[in-house]
Amino acid sequence: MLKLTKAIFIFFAFSLLSFGQLQAQHGQEEEKTHATESHSGESDAHASDAEAEEGFNAGEFVIDHVSDSYDWHITSFGDKHVSIPLPIIVYSKQPELHEGKAFHVFMSSKFHHGHSAYKGFRISESEEFKGKVVELDAAGHEIGTPIDISITKTIAGILASVVILLWLVFATAKLAKKNKGKAPTGVQNALEPIIFFIRDEVAKPAIGEHKYEKFMPFLLTLFFFILINNFMGLIPIPPFGANVTGNIGVTMVLALFTFAVTTINGNKHYWKEIYNPDVPWWLKFPIPLMPIVELSGVITKPFVLMVRLFANMMAGHLIVMVFVSLIFVFGSLFGPAVGLGASPISILFSVFILLLDVLVSFIQAYVFTLLSALYFGMATSEHH
Amino acid sequence: MGLVMPNPGTIFWMLIIFGIVLFVLKKFAWKPILTALKEREDSIATALSSAEEAKKEVAGLKADNEKVIAEARREKEAILKEAKELKDKIVAEAKDKAVEEAQKTIAQARQQIEAEKTAAISDIKKQVAELSVSIAEKVIRKELSNKAEQEKMVDGLIDDIKLN
Repeated sequence: MLKLTKAIFIFFAFSLLSFGQLQAQHGQEEEKTHATESHSGESDAHASDAEAEEGFNAGEFVIDHVSDSYDWHITSFGDKHVSIPLPIIVYSKQPELHEGKAFHVFMSSKFHHGHSAYKGFRISESEEFKGKVVELDAAGHEIGTPIDISITKTIAGILASVVILLWLVFATAKLAKKNKGKAPTGVQNALEPIIFFIRDEVAKPAIGEHKYEKFMPFLLTLFFFILINNFMGLIPIPPFGANVTGNIGVTMVLALFTFAVTTINGNKHYWKEIYNPDVPWWLKFPIPLMPIVELSGVITKPFVLMVRLFANMMAGHLIVMVFVSLIFVFGSLFGPAVGLGASPISILFSVFILLLDVLVSFIQAYVFTLLSALYFGMATSEHH
Repeated sequence: MGLVMPNPGTIFWMLIIFGIVLFVLKKFAWKPILTALKEREDSIATALSSAEEAKKEVAGLKADNEKVIAEARREKEAILKEAKELKDKIVAEAKDKAVEEAQKTIAQARQQIEAEKTAAISDIKKQVAELSVSIAEKVIRKELSNKAEQEKMVDGLIDDIKLN
């Protein structure tokens, strides 16, 4: 039932996209005739840019959809962009360029989708800072990036899924208190098997019967955070659909947490194995070969966690977008009719990849949690 | 924004958000959930073990019951047997007594009959003797009406006495 609903959602989203594409072409034609009437010089320049590109740029389309951005783009009708503006929060070291203030908070709609500057800031179009908010000097040249802690699409997506996560877990906690010693009810039924799974199949075997309890809250939070964000990323309707777990900054923080917990809980045996492992002396002196290898292992473990989750989720999103963009590639090469004709095949493949992504979402959340648990187990084990 | 370069803003917010989520969930959600799960598991385990015990107890009771029933059955049979024996004895005794009584009665009756019979016979004998005497008187009276006859008679009687 869930898959079916999802498939219908996706189909709906795709048909919207293809409609938008047709509209865009129509809009461009219209612009040729009424170019001088209704548009400002800037948007005219943009329109002629688009015409100069000659057709559909699949690479840009795909990368745009999986990248972070300052506003949450929903759809476009011709030159009209429908998107949710998000807050830009920047701190500049050169307040004289920005009306005398260093700290600025404003909505991304002030940029008009990157077409205009605001208070000496704009979204860069140069190669160096591509897509980022940059500071402009008096002459309008980009001079560098301010300290940028804007609520981007990714952060907004995280906040949305955190709301769902908190609701789910707190509802379960409430029910757990209510149904003490009784059979579980409602949402408790959905979460408890997963909690049992994390406890009995991940934490206990990896960490051990006596120490696993300490790590359970972290492992559970990690698993549910990744799982929910993976799923939210598959639903292509705001506030879902942000590529959260396919963002390397997000996976980096998750891996950093695992690294921090491992390091904080590392016992004497763990550190001894790193600095003074049981190997022949010439591997430790005069060149501390094994300690270097072990230390690099400490860094590599979270690094691999970060890259694995990022790459898997990113790849899933990329492939889906590539299949969708095929419709427009065909459309721009051979005309709208061929594009529409190709759409069933593209949709079929996209649906298949999305279903695969549902599986991957589970697997990646599980793998991240399992490996974290294994690292905790290594950090707390007493002997081999 | 670069795809493979982590964005400092994202890291900043992610650290704050995940940190808060981790703290809040750990403090207010996972602890009660995990304790509730553990408690329920424990209670289920104890319930199962006590059910097992109860099952054993019931089995023991059943065996006991069967023993009691068997004993009761045996006792019942013994009582029935005894009662039958008693009955048979009583019936036999009653029969014997009845026979004895009957025989006694019969014997009494026979004695009475004998006595009556003897009395009747002696009565008859007496009557026959009286009758014979009166007949003889009458005959003698008739025969001794003449003198010759009387003398003949006396002679005869004297002869008889002589013969003695």
